[in-house]
Amino acid sequence: MNAVYLESVGILGPGLPDWATARRVLDGELPHRAELPRPNPPQLPPNERRRIPQLVRWALAVAHEALAGAERTAAEVAMVFSSSSGDGEIVHKLCEAVTAPEREVSPTMFHNSVHNAAPGYWSISTGSRQRSMALCGHDASFAVGLLESVALVLSEQASVLLVACDLPFPEPLAALRDIRLPFGVALLLSPAPGRRALARWRVSLGAGPELTRFPHMLPPTLATNPAAQALPLLAASRGGAAQTVSIVYVGDRHMTVETSPCR
Amino acid sequence: MRPLLMTHFSTANPLGLGRAATLGALRERRGGLRPMDLDGVTLDTWIGRVSGVEEEPVVSRLAEFDCRNNRLAQLGLRQDGFDAAVTQARARYGPERIAVFVGTSTSGMEHCERAYRQRDPHSGALPGWFKERYSLNLFSVADFVQRYLELSGPAAAISTACSSSAKVFASAARMIEAGYADAAVVGGVDSLCLTTLYGFDSLDLLSRQPCRPCDAARDGISIGEAAGFALLERPGRAQGGVALLGYGESSDAFHMSSPDPSGDGAYAAMQFALRRAGVAPGEVHYINMHGTGTPANDRIEDRAIFRLFGASVPCSSTKGWTGHTLGAAGIVEAIICALCLEARLVPGTLNLDRIDPDFASCVTVAAEMRDLRYVLSNSFGFGGSNCSLLLGRPA
Repeated sequence: MNAVYLESVGILGPGLPDWATARRVLDGELPHRAELPRPNPPQLPPNERRRIPQLVRWALAVAHEALAGAERTAAEVAMVFSSSSGDGEIVHKLCEAVTAPEREVSPTMFHNSVHNAAPGYWSISTGSRQRSMALCGHDASFAVGLLESVALVLSEQASVLLVACDLPFPEPLAALRDIRLPFGVALLLSPAPGRRALARWRVSLGAGPELTRFPHMLPPTLATNPAAQALPLLAASRGGAAQTVSIVYVGDRHMTVETSPCR
Repeated sequence: MRPLLMTHFSTANPLGLGRAATLGALRERRGGLRPMDLDGVTLDTWIGRVSGVEEEPVVSRLAEFDCRNNRLAQLGLRQDGFDAAVTQARARYGPERIAVFVGTSTSGMEHCERAYRQRDPHSGALPGWFKERYSLNLFSVADFVQRYLELSGPAAAISTACSSSAKVFASAARMIEAGYADAAVVGGVDSLCLTTLYGFDSLDLLSRQPCRPCDAARDGISIGEAAGFALLERPGRAQGGVALLGYGESSDAFHMSSPDPSGDGAYAAMQFALRRAGVAPGEVHYINMHGTGTPANDRIEDRAIFRLFGASVPCSSTKGWTGHTLGAAGIVEAIICALCLEARLVPGTLNLDRIDPDFASCVTVAAEMRDLRYVLSNSFGFGGSNCSLLLGRPA
């Protein structure tokens, strides 16, 4: 299998407000602090901005950070968006609305409920007509998004902005889906290494469950977030030597990523 | 791109179960829409409902997946010997070398709505029988299909609103090209639920009559439900009548629920599909439009088609037969295109009394028999997600 190159990272999670901080936490240089960050407001006119759902705010924030880190424009990259559970707040409100006697649904909430809301708003706010994808693989959503991205990079020689994001569900859905903490990550992947490429990855699938443990310096509850499966991979990619990481894939399988430094 | 053969395909849709029922209804101009008759729904609209979906629970080994959407998926998999064809492919390639990509917009949302009707009046808790992972979660339907077919390769649910199950073809082609799979089961499954019915109603997009794509008096969509599946294989190891020759994708960068009036996104998707296939616009013999029946969609699509193809390529929408099956529309219409390629049929358009006089492309009403070589199928979704597929008969 051919390699893809990690050009830049955007990240947002408890104690991980940006990649500059997160990489120092993963390197063990900074202690992890459990502070919940808020995503930067999206670059849209105020009345548009108000309508943007939470999950999209998180997705756009990490996407912009990764794009800036790679010195790319939105028009140069395809977006692959992956999330296990979408925007739980919207699912909850829609279910309440359609099971109430008057059955009044907000039209904005309805169009915001599509799983591709994040790539849709990305395209609208950046003006990019690039293709995009929106996927789900339940607990394996990060790896599902990564495999789609790698296949797109390799088969079309395209640069891809992978965005994976999940937020805790509100009650009563929270009782059914155990995502304790919010987390979003964006990875810019390309077919050839740029000047500042961070790592070279070879991705494959294998039988049996994942083996790599969640980074010890991070709270174990963060591992309940499907998008946080990016963290073992990012931690390994920080090392100065080649490493092999295995993360959750669908069924009884795992995804193996051989990561090596680009220097 | 290197072509992929659709060696087997199957569908369950408002026209009936299987390929023969679908092609027969197209030939006999028998539509599948009926006045709203779902329990307790008072909307004044028409729907495309699949008969029999309520009666057949999912196989007992996958009982936890039982919900309307997965029942519909199973109904689709059981038509036309599709599941048996996949069993043979599994022996040929190995279960881990066959990918599964299923498009859906709402997966088991209907099941979740049922659960919300049974919330505990005091605590607000959802009933114990409701499990997010097996119904509401978008991956549920892809998970169900993968397990039903006993496959273990790459798998995903693809959810880009109404382009979802056109996009599955693009994902499968990329996965095979990149070497992660040798073959793929692609599909689309969406079932009727209150959220989509009342959601489209809130946007004033539901017609009170059976939808009338391309008609001067068209006034909205009719929502349908459907399942469709196709087995994609490389030529050489397989034989089959219809090939996926190209796909094209783009974004509108305009609005979440209104199509871009310039039609540039739709134009780009069609052009990319042609380029990837190496086919010139003049070689295309039929275009299956997205053609939802809303005033804006059909007008903009007509302009984009005219700009790329002129007025000589016959085009039509088959949503007057099936309704808009949302996340299943892409594959249902790809299957209709495949059936039409094999039968040499241009199906025309149903419920069309008077073609919009402002339209410039070659919209056809009556069915015509024609020798078809290449056909194009369009799917455009909320979020400005566009996907076009180019299908053809191999030389």
